[in-house]
Amino acid sequence: MSGLANFLRRIGAMAVDGVWRLGFATRFLGLVLLYSGQSLRRLPLTIREIYFSGALSLLIILVSGLFVGLVLGLQGYDILQRFGSSDALGTMVALSLLRELGPVVAALLFASRAGSAVTAEIGLMKTTEQLKAMDMMAVNPIARVVAPRFWGGVISMPLLAAMFSAMGIFGGWLIGVVFIGVDDGAFWSQMQAAVDVRYDVMNGVIKSFVFGVAVSLIAVFEGYDCTPTAEGVSRAITRTVVSSALAILALDFVLTSFMFRGQ
Amino acid sequence: MAIESPELPPLVSLSGVRFAYGEREVLRGIDLSVHRGQVVAIMGGSGCGKTTLLRLIGGQLKASGGTVEVAGHDLAGLGNADLYALRRRMGMLFQFGALFTDMSVFDNVAFPLREHTDLPAGMVRDLVLMKLQAVGLRGAATLMPSELSGGMARRVALARAVALDPMLILYDEPFAGLDPISLGIIGQLIRRLNDALGASSVMVTHDVHESLGIVDYVYFVSEGRIVARGTPDEIRASADPFVHQFVNAEADGPVPFHYPAPAIAEQLGGGA
Repeated sequence: MSGLANFLRRIGAMAVDGVWRLGFATRFLGLVLLYSGQSLRRLPLTIREIYFSGALSLLIILVSGLFVGLVLGLQGYDILQRFGSSDALGTMVALSLLRELGPVVAALLFASRAGSAVTAEIGLMKTTEQLKAMDMMAVNPIARVVAPRFWGGVISMPLLAAMFSAMGIFGGWLIGVVFIGVDDGAFWSQMQAAVDVRYDVMNGVIKSFVFGVAVSLIAVFEGYDCTPTAEGVSRAITRTVVSSALAILALDFVLTSFMFRGQ
Repeated sequence: MAIESPELPPLVSLSGVRFAYGEREVLRGIDLSVHRGQVVAIMGGSGCGKTTLLRLIGGQLKASGGTVEVAGHDLAGLGNADLYALRRRMGMLFQFGALFTDMSVFDNVAFPLREHTDLPAGMVRDLVLMKLQAVGLRGAATLMPSELSGGMARRVALARAVALDPMLILYDEPFAGLDPISLGIIGQLIRRLNDALGASSVMVTHDVHESLGIVDYVYFVSEGRIVARGTPDEIRASADPFVHQFVNAEADGPVPFHYPAPAIAEQLGGGA
């Protein structure tokens, strides 16, 4: 009996803790937005973070995009040729990437490459009292450190997702057209006919923007909120990667269910 | 030593200050004042609440009772913008320097100047080099914080703390973890910079000998209260048992060597 009570108590405590953290994170987002004006007026700060989060993530995004495209090309051809519609390969590759794989996989990679780095950096700045020192110098750490990193992530994410999709489509073309011999004209013209800018491309961009906000918020919040010890920073990094992955996949389901209901 | 001006009100004054972290009461009614031009040390054992005291003066924490006044402003009544305006006239040296690790020594010292002034780059450069010259590290301007020794990092942080020529400089354990040479250098710098800038300084430390040599006044804190105060000479001559224990580094005295425990005879020999 007491075992069950303890179990229930633990679940309850976890739920309460989760709601607390969600509340804190929301308040934190409010603060970040409040001080964003100050920080965006000094654009070089944000551009520097776009470089660190975005440009430096480019390699892993491009390579992964290429491999995902190659696999899509192989699998897609294998499935489509059973129905005698291998000419639709371009359409399949493009739609899978633009609607789902581009935003989702790019966001997952972004969370583990850039999100974790942002958490580690802010967490270590907190641990070594750099944030407090800044605050004592009358410089608001949220405006100076947190907001630029947040916006750097939000701006980078859709761009990275676009690069991922572009590279993936190239990979699909490489396998389908160059190696397997699907008709080049059919590959591109079917894709062009089937992909709608607003319905497919824009919805994908909206998804990656939402993922960008979620991942960046989680990354800066976990860093700012971490226990200022070596162990605390390492736990915060783990939480960033895990919570980001869950948030991306859950949000993807919600967004997809609103966006794609058949035209 | 100091330019004391008793007719002016003290720069920092605390009266009846109380503070608690949750249930644990750390400060139980502290009265303390720092006059202009003075270097004041707050001493006490680890965990006696002296760092908390420094944070209250810097406005990082709010007192739960009593008043903290800096330059005539009651910190409890200050909004964020006013507190920041006040902090621009304060410098703080953190225990391990807290240098920004992604910036060079030069950029660290330039940071407050760039954030708070619109000075042209050439003037910022001259000011930074002058501050670094004052701490003897002009030659280290291009190094990164990871390339500095502990003592050098502390000196760079000191240059950064005085970059805006503050009226009040706060030091959190400036001597902790330094070799004897660096320790002497930091001690002399604290005194020299204070006098050269016409500033006042508050230093939290447990290093008795180094600090007694440079300060004007000392407060001893124990268990959240001021237990002794005086000039260095008065402190050296003090008959107060706590001060005596602290100054002479005796293991046992009013601060007991043993953590509270039942009598040893009761615990040994299987409790027989």
